[in-house]
Amino acid sequence: MTVTPTRTPPSPRRPAGQAALAWALLAPALLLLAGFTYGPTLASLWQALHTEAPGLPAAFTGADQLRALAEDPVFRQALRNNALYAAVTVPLSVGLALAMALWVQDRFAGRGLLRLAFFTPTVLPMVAAANLWLIFYAPDIGLLNRALAWAGLHGPNWLGDAGTALWALMAVTVWKEAGFFMVFYLAALQSLSPELMDAARLEAPSAWTRLRRVTLPLLAPTTLFVGVNALINAVKLVDHLFVLTRGGPNNASTLLLYYLYEIAFKFQDLNYAAALTLVLLALLGAVSAAQFWLARRIHYR
Amino acid sequence: MTTLTSPFSAGPSRALAWLLGALWVLPLLLLGWVAFRPGAGALQFDLAGPWGLDNFRAAWQVAPFGHYLLNTVAIVTLLLALQLTVCTLAAYALARLRFAGRGLVFALVLLQLMVMPEVLIAENYASIARLGLVDRWLGVALPYVASAFGIFLLRQTFMTVPQELEDAARIEGLGRLAILWRVYVPLARPTYLAYALVSVAYHWNNFLWPLVATNTEASRPLTVGMALFAAPETGVDWGVLSAGTLLSVGPLLAGFLVFQRQFMQSFMHAGLK
Repeated sequence: MTVTPTRTPPSPRRPAGQAALAWALLAPALLLLAGFTYGPTLASLWQALHTEAPGLPAAFTGADQLRALAEDPVFRQALRNNALYAAVTVPLSVGLALAMALWVQDRFAGRGLLRLAFFTPTVLPMVAAANLWLIFYAPDIGLLNRALAWAGLHGPNWLGDAGTALWALMAVTVWKEAGFFMVFYLAALQSLSPELMDAARLEAPSAWTRLRRVTLPLLAPTTLFVGVNALINAVKLVDHLFVLTRGGPNNASTLLLYYLYEIAFKFQDLNYAAALTLVLLALLGAVSAAQFWLARRIHYR
Repeated sequence: MTTLTSPFSAGPSRALAWLLGALWVLPLLLLGWVAFRPGAGALQFDLAGPWGLDNFRAAWQVAPFGHYLLNTVAIVTLLLALQLTVCTLAAYALARLRFAGRGLVFALVLLQLMVMPEVLIAENYASIARLGLVDRWLGVALPYVASAFGIFLLRQTFMTVPQELEDAARIEGLGRLAILWRVYVPLARPTYLAYALVSVAYHWNNFLWPLVATNTEASRPLTVGMALFAAPETGVDWGVLSAGTLLSVGPLLAGFLVFQRQFMQSFMHAGLK
């Protein structure tokens, strides 16, 4: 390393040397990012536009793969399922997270215990959560149906019935995520200025009005952050499918990422998988763009 | 602390909170219950029934949990060490060095926050296959090493270190890397701790990529082992399934209960950025 002579002030110097050092320090990160993010993204684009048959050179097929995807009933089903899955799990887990945070922010006997109860599912791997819920959902001897039988009701085959399988997965997701998002709301609530809340107390005597008119608007940036994360998780989190339903019955509970896994590793159709990868990347891009746009409107303070 | 939001502190509301809390831990309590009831008694709920450790013995025989645990610890440790090294170097360059293209590089790093590695599993599998790293710890770790989140978090922290400290260290005759190691890294310790906890929690629980990147017991982590364990083909019963699940999450749960506070604070810190 170059040791600079001590007489001159050291700050703005030798940009050339700095640049060389900077690139050397950045090299490992950039190499890995290129190898596992940008490269694969570009490769997906190339693959999606080509078709390869064994022994033949890749043929340019343009948007054929994407067109096939658009007409694929399983893809359409996965898209519909994922949309419903997101539409239900995102507001439910974010709403519950907010309620949990409001519940456990004040001091009271047992607060720590209640926080722990809400947060613990977060710590478990999704696969463990799925194993655990398997005990509830099993058709005849499962705990849910035995509880129903106790009340004189005949429960459905939660995971084996096309009408309930996706909902059973949603319940696991909400149970797993609400406590995690609670933590971000707790952090945000702690950072609200006490003076502001005291002023609000003078202005608005009703607690509900205060919550609606003061607290919730101040929490808007947190809601955006948590909401976007929940939305991304709705696409990313498919671990429980592997244990609980494998997308079944008859694709009733399949989700986009799970279908991508099946195409790539079960059917080994890499070109088709690349097309689906592009669709997922486009969806993520749309979420990011929406987040960017919303963030500008929310941080008005 | 003053009450900020009274509707949720009122009596009936608090009762509802406890009810939800009970509902939230119920599945975990049942898991513990079922795991200690041997044989057909697993789903019988009379307190007088037999208790025992048979399920744990059976689970241990069906699957190599010790090996899975070793793999998980190895993958998570290797990954964290690589992440901290790679991200520290990159973050310092982006925070304190001036060079043409810095803005562009930072934008490129941030772009990765948008792309989930999960979406690229097919391509990434091909990459580690070309490198001969399938079914290796390093293969499971590699796609996550250049963590844009880590680079971003450390860059923000490094930027708050007073430039005078670096200048002073330079006058003492320290080189850039020595300054990074002796000035920046110690000052960023809370950030490192927060990032480490978040990373460990994430990768300890990660499933889809390890499932794809491993194919033998030699490198399979706990999550993948646990999923195979629950497959109907293995024919394990509820008691054994619960015991196996408990064996897998036991170390994690114990660690969490001990470091609960730091854990939650790390997530807050990481979330607030």
